[in-house]
Amino acid sequence: MDTSLTPEELSLIEANPYKKDFPLLAQKPEVVFLDSAATAQRPGVVLDAQRRFYETMNANPLRGLYKLSVEATQAIADARAHIARFIGALDESGQPLADDVVFTRNASESLNLLAHTVPQVVHLGPGDQVVISIMEHHSNLIPWQQVCRATGAELVYLRTNDDYEITPDELQAKIGPHTKIVSVTQVSNVLGVQNDIAAIAQRAHEVGAVCIVDGAQSVPHLQVDVRHMGCDFLAFSAHKLGGPMGIGVLWGRHDLLEAMPPFLTGGEMIDSVTETDAVWAPVPQKFEAGTQDAAGSYAFDADLTYLEGLGMDAIEKRERLLAIYLTEALESLDFITVVGPKEGVRHISAVSFDVHGIHPHDVASILDMSNVCIRAGHHCAQPLLSYLGYSSTCRASVAFYDDKHDIDQLVAGLQNVWSIFHGSN
Amino acid sequence: MEATSLYNAQFMDHVAHPDYKYDMGDCTCEHDGINPSCGDELHLKVRMADDGTIAEAAYTGHGCAVSMASADMMSDLMVGKTPEEAIKLCQEFKDMITGKQTDQDQLEQDLDEAAMLKDVSHMPARVKCAELAWRTLSEMLKGTADGQASTTEDAADAQKAANA
Repeated sequence: MDTSLTPEELSLIEANPYKKDFPLLAQKPEVVFLDSAATAQRPGVVLDAQRRFYETMNANPLRGLYKLSVEATQAIADARAHIARFIGALDESGQPLADDVVFTRNASESLNLLAHTVPQVVHLGPGDQVVISIMEHHSNLIPWQQVCRATGAELVYLRTNDDYEITPDELQAKIGPHTKIVSVTQVSNVLGVQNDIAAIAQRAHEVGAVCIVDGAQSVPHLQVDVRHMGCDFLAFSAHKLGGPMGIGVLWGRHDLLEAMPPFLTGGEMIDSVTETDAVWAPVPQKFEAGTQDAAGSYAFDADLTYLEGLGMDAIEKRERLLAIYLTEALESLDFITVVGPKEGVRHISAVSFDVHGIHPHDVASILDMSNVCIRAGHHCAQPLLSYLGYSSTCRASVAFYDDKHDIDQLVAGLQNVWSIFHGSN
Repeated sequence: MEATSLYNAQFMDHVAHPDYKYDMGDCTCEHDGINPSCGDELHLKVRMADDGTIAEAAYTGHGCAVSMASADMMSDLMVGKTPEEAIKLCQEFKDMITGKQTDQDQLEQDLDEAAMLKDVSHMPARVKCAELAWRTLSEMLKGTADGQASTTEDAADAQKAANA
């Protein structure tokens, strides 16, 4: 196949010094894992940290007056600070704004937390608008559908043009004086395209709206900086960047977090309780009812250390090369149409495609014969798929631990799919 | 590994050259089945003979190879069966693809070619695909047995309710 990559770039993605860091990939070398947009593989250091927590510092964080509990509490605090540094949530003197990082179970819970609390802060009601984009994952769509149903506000969609872009004109037209909340994904889990969050946040703030960013597909692959983006909230999941399942993050602007009511109530999120009333704990504990996954936070901390050791700039560079090679490999097959930009450089990790006349579920089942793992279906983005004219697509998504060979295996697998349905070419 | 045996030549023949994928003109009853998350849509029509058995079954629609091949095999199997027998076979098929019935000889005797879809029991994500035609027929026959009219709207509503 033709590729626009230079020989140096090709040799970079042919080499793979990373797989050995991932126990599953090391133990199952036959697995071609091209579904990192669904969940990433976990490096050994994460699994080690999880075990180390339970073996050496296990106690209920926050309330204990003994050393073990203090260590568990410290593990959460350290993870919080590390996450703040990782996403650029720093004060003027460059110190991490750790208290502005709330732990949740996943990006979905972070977004649900916002949907249940931000409307009260902005007094959302009839005549107001909530603006999302057509490319939202259901996690950043259904919560706002529900909010609009309950408050009488209108749900407005930013739509993409023929080139899968949300244009400045579209922002100008859809975000206006009635807009109270703008909640948009930074990277589409279907199209792989990146939205210009700085422009969206700027437009939202021009009209006095709050700007929320779904970072589930961007934080794992890009050097995300909340200051540069200028957003008010960022939600993402640890498991998509190699951390444990069940740890999510919500970063928010401090004054907004202060103004928001709690989401879940109960233990660990109060200062004092009487028979008839309660005083909330300060942010972020106000949003963290019940015992937190301290081991998970600790393991996520170790994951971030691992990623920083590789360098997010190096990760981003390698994944861009892989995405270009992947897009060009798919484009080179005449029985496949890429659903999304044809330019590989515009894909952050994910590339959706259609195998002409063959249902994506059949494609995925047959690829599984050769241990090639891809996603097939509506990718939890049904309104987008229907906007694009599909009910389902195939999706391959890369991470830095993938290499050229993985993508070549996908291509061979797709040729096999085609020959099963149409005989050998 | 399972998929290798599933997408075999015999299976693919039902996909490429279906015998029962056509719009029946003089059907006795019809029923629609959909898998919203897959985009599978099946319009099933049945003509009953005077003796109360199924004289002809045919379908139109679109979906994955598993859903369509399964519909073709089912349509072939059902000719000459009473509604009670057909409903029983639909249940046996479901038991097969969900791994509850594993007796290969029994399955081949009762389900004929459709027994080849046994491999679906190792592919949980595909159960809904394989089951579509059989679920649709079973719903149709049970609805008819209760004296209820089965219509497109009913099927869509039932599906919506099931997914709510």
